[in-house]
This record gives sequence, structure tokens and C-alpha cells, in this order.
Amino acid sequence: MWQFIFKRLLHMIPLLIGVSLLTFLLMSLAPGDYFTTLQQNPQISPETIAKLKAQFHLDRPWYVQYFFWFKSILHGDFGYSMAYKIPAASLIFARLWNTFLLSFFAMIIAWGIAIPLGIWAAVKKDSWVDRTCSLISFAGLSVSDILLSLLALWFAASTGWFPIGGAQSPDHDLMSPLQQFWDFAHHLILPALVLAASDMAGIMRQMRSNLLETLRAEYVTAARARGLGERWVIYKHALRNAINPLLTIFGYSLAALLSGAFIVENIMAWPGLGRLTMEAFFAKDSYLVVDCVVMATALLVIGNFIADILLAWSDPRIRLK
Amino acid sequence: MVGGVILIVLYLVALFAGFVAPYHYERMDRDRYFHPPIWPKLSGFRIVVPRYEQLPGDFVYREVPDDTQPVHFFVRGDKYQLFDFIPASIHLFGSDDQHPIYLFGTDQFGRDIFSRLLYGSQISLSIGVVGIFLSFTLGLIIGGISGYFAGATDTVIMRFCELIMSIPALYLIISLRATFPPGMSSSQVYAMIIIILSCIGWAGMARVIRGMTLSLREQQFVLAARALGQSNFKIIVRHILPNTLSYVIVAATLSVPYYILGEVVLSFLGVGIQEPQASWGNMLTAAEDVQYLQNYPWLLAPSAAIFITVLAFNFLGDGLRDAADTKSL
Repeated sequence: MWQFIFKRLLHMIPLLIGVSLLTFLLMSLAPGDYFTTLQQNPQISPETIAKLKAQFHLDRPWYVQYFFWFKSILHGDFGYSMAYKIPAASLIFARLWNTFLLSFFAMIIAWGIAIPLGIWAAVKKDSWVDRTCSLISFAGLSVSDILLSLLALWFAASTGWFPIGGAQSPDHDLMSPLQQFWDFAHHLILPALVLAASDMAGIMRQMRSNLLETLRAEYVTAARARGLGERWVIYKHALRNAINPLLTIFGYSLAALLSGAFIVENIMAWPGLGRLTMEAFFAKDSYLVVDCVVMATALLVIGNFIADILLAWSDPRIRLK
Repeated sequence: MVGGVILIVLYLVALFAGFVAPYHYERMDRDRYFHPPIWPKLSGFRIVVPRYEQLPGDFVYREVPDDTQPVHFFVRGDKYQLFDFIPASIHLFGSDDQHPIYLFGTDQFGRDIFSRLLYGSQISLSIGVVGIFLSFTLGLIIGGISGYFAGATDTVIMRFCELIMSIPALYLIISLRATFPPGMSSSQVYAMIIIILSCIGWAGMARVIRGMTLSLREQQFVLAARALGQSNFKIIVRHILPNTLSYVIVAATLSVPYYILGEVVLSFLGVGIQEPQASWGNMLTAAEDVQYLQNYPWLLAPSAAIFITVLAFNFLGDGLRDAADTKSL
């Protein structure tokens, strides 16, 4: 098991290096940089801009830039945000944490609701429960995150139950720590629900079809033939095997979740990585964009890594591969 | 099958958008910003459209009683170009200027949302199909090569696929978007969106095709083709890839929604199709303002169109999958 974990960990490093190289290449292909707009400002002399450019190595070819960037990453320095004028690390990690929290809670909500619903629909196959669930999940698969986020904004605005966007109230700094926590949670609920709703349909359908497939297996028939109670058969025998394949779609659902979070963050003004990426994109703050993309990828890769470990833990056959 | 019928109707309407839409997408009605939807009514044996007058205040309108005008069919109206090159001015329906027909209301510039929706569907619907075609062709060829030659070629290509697939899609889309200069013409933007989406989409396809090719290349008929001295390229294109076709068609149908949504997201975020050109994505940008959204909910009409389209594609894809694969229930 430890060997497996170690091997998977080693696998992540070239992947992240590759991703950062690719993003760097793309950003270097981008026309203009942060200083292009500054050049039009007559108050800033060309010498100052040249000096600043040299300071950020923007006057060098992209692979040299990459080399400098990579060197500073190894020192735990994520570069300097040109637009925000503060070290990128302080920006990134606050935003990364927000995106992580948003995705994490969305995931808990989505899996917490979708799995029991999927089981219920499978057990009561062809009943009205099943029909309603599959109808809703089919519609849910087709609803875009944009519509859901807009509807959530609308809901928040018309009922006043939830704040409209953002992560904290204007008087957040004046609150006690406990109040701050509640304030944050209050802001988190709606975006997390929206994100969860878009993720739920797929998981539910998968759970339902997995369980249905396992219920057709011979050992289930055998268990029934031995006179075990239906409850025991489903929850003790079938369910454990049906959950297993779901761990493989965990990684896939995480990727969808992160892309969904990108949209939700931008519409509902949640200060996460996706919003920061857009801000950095518009400001042409190229190092910040690279940092964001690498961080988002890291989040996804680590999520997949955890899914792999869970899978290896639950299914010994995978460990030996 | 319902999905297929809906899609045929949608694509036909998109094709004849200029004719079906009562107004041009750029036409602004400066007297009627944020006008609520106006639906023609049946009066006796005639379809009539009521007149609305503006009340003082923030874009509040009231129906004027007993002031209606019959709806005319095949009327002359705004000029447009059918299929982008035939100049025409006949519209399916219309009325006079005092009695406009805004089926889904108007937006913040007084433009007819229904007409813009139809013009937008030309972009949104075609991007899905063209994008799928491009990225699946790429995916098929690259996947076929990767699986057929195996070995080092395979390893390099698959590592690259993994690289692309491990970046969350939207982050990759935005970094790709950064490589294009601002201020492009609308047709350039259109091509750019397709290129961006195809750059990402091929990887997943290539992986699956590669897996199928790996097993297909061991089959007898490939061996036979090789013994007959056919070139590698010909074997891949003529013998191996056609065997993956049933999977590809189903996968393509189920992937079109992602391309449509990709365009919508890009335009919505303001880095895709630009105003005044209409696309479902940039029309929704107006609804991002909570004030607008609360008071003028008809701004959400494009999202309903997106929902119906995606639902139809999912229906069709599910149906095709059941038809192609009778093994799994």
C-alpha cells in the first residue's frame, strides 16, 4: 500500500511540471503583457517600464522566464502579482482555500444526497420514486451552472434569506470570530448548493445503475435463496460492491466540480481561484494566471490521488497492478 | 426520438433565423427598454397584438385596452441576409411600429430578445456541431495512430493527453483564450472559440479510440490488410477507425452540449462573441445584474433555450446508445 501511494505521488510531479510548462508557453504566446497598457501612460517613462520588465524577467524568452519562475516556486515563492502589487502567494492561497471549501462542501452535499437517492431509486425500481428521480436527474444533467447560479442570485435577491454574492458582509471585520464564522458559512451555503445541484444528477444515475447491476449478480440471488432479509441483502451484500465503481467517477466528478466552481465563483462573486483567474486574465497578470492554473490542476490531481488511494484501499486488485 | 425532432426544428429555425425573427438583432427600440413579453391574442378569427404604453417610472408598461392591430404574416420588415448571402426583407410575422411583437420582451437596449435568441442560435448551435466534428476527427486520427503504433509514440501521445485532461477545463480554456489578441472580428472570434474547444476536446476522445485500436489491431482483418501490403495510414483510416464508429457517433451526440456550453460560458464571461452580435452566452450577461434579473426575468430566456437544446441532445444520445448497444440495459 505504501509503495502504491509513493508511486502515485511521484507520478504527480512530472504532471504538474508539464502543466506549468504548457501554461507558461500559452501565456508567452499571448499578445502584450501587463505593461502594454502602462506604456500608454505618459507619466511613466519607458526606462521605468524597461526596468520593471527586467525585474519580472518579461524581456527574456519564455523558457528563461519559466526557469526563474520554477526556481522561485522551489523556494516557496509564487512570484509577484503585477496587478495587485503583492506577493502572489498571499493571493493564491486565500483564493485556493475558498475554492477548496466551496468544492468540498458542494461535494459533501452532492454525494450525501445523490447516493441515498440513487439507492432508493434502485431498490424501488420502476416505482414513482424511481421515475421522478430519473426524470429530475435527466433534467439536472441538462441544466447549466450558469442558469442555476443566476436562479440562485434571483432567489437570494427576492427572498433576502441569503446574501447576494461575495464571501463576507461589509462589517465582517468588526465581528467576533464566531460571528465571522457564521457570516462566512451563510455566504457559502448558496454557492455550494448550486454547485452540488449540478453535480448530483450524474452521481445519482451512476449509483442507481451500479446497484441495479449488482442486484442482478448471482451472489445476491444466492443470499436471497439462503433466506436473508431483503434489507440485509441490499445493504450488506449488494451495496458494498456497488459503491466501488463510484470511486472511479469521483475523479471525473471532481474535474466537473472545479469547472463548475469556476462559473459559480464568477457569477456569485465568490472570491475563489476561478474568479482570480479571470481577474488576472483581464489584467494580463501572466504569472498569476499560471499560478492559478497550476493550483487548480494541483487541486484536481490531489483529488484524483485521494480517489486512487480510496480505490486501492477498497479493492486490493488495483494495488498489485 | 423526441430529442431528434426537437433538434431538427431548432436547427431549421436557426438556418432561417432571419426569416423567422421579426426584427434584426441590432434593431433598438428606444421607446421600449426592458419591455415585458408581448404575446399576440386571438380575437374572433384574427390574431391580434395589443399595444402597450409606458407608465412613468422605471420601465413599467401597461396594456392599452381596445387598441390592437392584427398580426400579418410574410410581411416586409428589417433587411437581412438569408443564409448569409441572399438579401431579403420578408419576415414570417410582424406588425406595425406602434404594435411591436416582442415574444420574449426586450433587453436593456430595447432589442427584441426573441429575434436575438434566433440569431444567437445560429452561433451557439453551429459551434457545437463544427467543434465536435473538428475535435473528434483530431481525436480519431491521433487515437488511431497512438493505438496502432503503440510503443514510444503511444506513450508520448498518451502522456500529453493526460496533461491536457488533468487541467480543469475552464482554466485551460481561459489560458488558451489569452493567446488570442483582443479586438478580433466576429467571424475570427467564432473560429477562435471552435479552435479552443477542439484543442481540449480531442484528448478524451483520443484516449478511448486508442484503447479500442489496441484491441482491434490484433484482429485478423488488420493482419490480412497488412499482409496485402496496405500502408499503415490506410489501415488506420479504412479498417480500424470505421469499427469504432458506433461508439463515436453516440459519444459525439452526448458531447455536443459541452461545446455549446463552452461557447456560452466564454461569451458570458465576456471573452467570446462580442456585442452587438447575439449569442446565447452574451445575452445572459445582462441577467448577471441582480437588479435586472429581479425586475425583468425574461432576460433569462436564452438559458431556457440552452436547457432545451442540451436536453434534446442528451435524449438523442441516450436513444442512440440504446440503439447501438443492446447488451447493457
